[in-house]
Amino acid sequence: MKFRSLIFANLFRKKMRLVLTIGSFAVALFLFAFLAVVKGAFNRGADIAGADRLIIINRISIINPLPLSYRDQILRIPGVKAVTHNNWFGGVYQEEKNFFPQFAIDPENQRKVLPELVVPEDQWQTFLKDREGCIAGARTAARFGWKIGDRIPIKSIGYGSTGTWEFNLDGIYHTDKVGGDENQFWFQWDRFEEGVPQSFKGNVGWYVLKLDNPDDAVRIAKTIDNMFANSSYETKTETESAFAAGWVKQFGNIQFLILTIGAVVFFTLLLVTGNTMAISVRERFGELAVLKAIGFSDRLVLFFVLGESLIIALVGGLLGLGLAMLAVPALGNALAGLLPSLVLSPQILSMGLVTAILVGVAGGILPGVGAMRMQVVSALRRV
Amino acid sequence: MVRVDGSGQSGSLIQVRGLGKVYRRAGETIHVLQNLNLDVDKGEFVAFMGPSGSGKTTLLNLLGGLDVPSNGSITVAGDEITHMSGSKLTEWRARHVGFIFQMYNLIPVLTAFQNVELPLLLTKLSKAERRKHVETALGVVGLADRMNHYPRQLSGGQEQRVAIARAIVADPTFLLCDEPTGDLDRKSANEIMDLILRLVKEYGKTVLMVTHDPVVARLADITLHLEKGVLVESTQRAEVVAGGVA
Repeated sequence: MKFRSLIFANLFRKKMRLVLTIGSFAVALFLFAFLAVVKGAFNRGADIAGADRLIIINRISIINPLPLSYRDQILRIPGVKAVTHNNWFGGVYQEEKNFFPQFAIDPENQRKVLPELVVPEDQWQTFLKDREGCIAGARTAARFGWKIGDRIPIKSIGYGSTGTWEFNLDGIYHTDKVGGDENQFWFQWDRFEEGVPQSFKGNVGWYVLKLDNPDDAVRIAKTIDNMFANSSYETKTETESAFAAGWVKQFGNIQFLILTIGAVVFFTLLLVTGNTMAISVRERFGELAVLKAIGFSDRLVLFFVLGESLIIALVGGLLGLGLAMLAVPALGNALAGLLPSLVLSPQILSMGLVTAILVGVAGGILPGVGAMRMQVVSALRRV
Repeated sequence: MVRVDGSGQSGSLIQVRGLGKVYRRAGETIHVLQNLNLDVDKGEFVAFMGPSGSGKTTLLNLLGGLDVPSNGSITVAGDEITHMSGSKLTEWRARHVGFIFQMYNLIPVLTAFQNVELPLLLTKLSKAERRKHVETALGVVGLADRMNHYPRQLSGGQEQRVAIARAIVADPTFLLCDEPTGDLDRKSANEIMDLILRLVKEYGKTVLMVTHDPVVARLADITLHLEKGVLVESTQRAEVVAGGVA
């Protein structure tokens, strides 16, 4: 491209300004990627939720239990294929900061309802036979360097002074779903039932149902809630995706917050770029007039200004997204257990790049049009 | 032969007829140029003199297609430029006009080579051909050894020589010089004028120059005086050349 040297020479005219503008883009795109990743992490539960699954919790709140006796009644409802139940354990490994979700599961039905969480068959069989066994998600196992056969002490926080519970790591589960949850830690519900104080016994935290047909979800949910209406333990049944969305809402309107921050960042970036390009064009009004005088067309002048703006946007954007690619895995590890997996997807990267390009064009268009419309004679008079 | 009475033949390189330029400012009408006629043949060197505000630069801008007249016509090498669209006029300037400005107007972030190359970027010449043309132009102005220098690394005279190389590199039909020595000391001014004279004599270039300096004007084939927008007098070089420039 024969105009390359002209565009690049102008770009490097004020190196400090160039570095600062590119830096603004890099920071903004890094923030964009990070916000998009966090938003994706919060929404992922809803995104990957099974359409054929329902969650039943206590109508008051998820921390209130449901009787185990509900299980058989639920199973008898036409259209319910399988039922499993979980209890939240809420322990920590070694230190308070080593938090991750631990669930007491129903081994008999877990895999029928949640088949996407895959445990190798031999490991699963070992787990079934081992009362003190546990299964860890691949991410949690990697986080703490656990290997099959390790003895893992978990200090209980949620269940009074029951102290430290020790488990044998019998298996590690994986999921094929991108961004799927590999942070969980499972152990047998029977072990939980034995270990918790009397007041907790005979209860489960929530039920998860698998349906024959997703189209029956509304009908079955209503049936269940009606079935236990006016009891001591009323239920609230909803689809897994609605449950996941409701879970996210507990943190506030994350989506609105992220969109607002993102919009402010990009509007500011637009002003920064527009201002930089406007100053840059104003500083060399005379030079652009000379170019027009010697035969450079208005379109070429616009092309030069937009070209500079776009290069700044692209370099800054790529730098910011590159930084995000380096930082997101590290942040993901630091926040493991607190947030779902942070995934910087190709879609986020493409969206970031497209946004950078759009801001680059938008920031350069006004100064570019100004330069394009400039009257050569008046501009030369100012030189 | 330069004529200002409108009696020139249609074969003149530059033919101006009834040219007028009017500005309206704050309700006032200012006639910068009025009913101006001019014929310039190929290879002639014309100087325009006159007090400030007499319309010299306006005339140069009109002849260079940078501005449009209020009335009258300008024909260059058979092309009537007065009614050309903005984009056509831009193309025409690239092909036909070489500009030399008082303040050189080089792009400071480009080397001498890159500055001279600018007009060639608008042509279909290959990179190698462009290099050859630029080296030739810089050779003509005696700066072949300074092609990688930036304007800030050159003296004022050298900068103006680079500007001249930029003006001639695409071999335009004529050169327009607006006070080419106005910002230079006498020695550098003489060097620049020697160069412009060489372009006229050796390379047959047609040059139209605005100047305030009578010493510089005397080097032209003819000096035309503009007063209040009217060409009022002409002096043939033969009549004044005795004083010389040096």
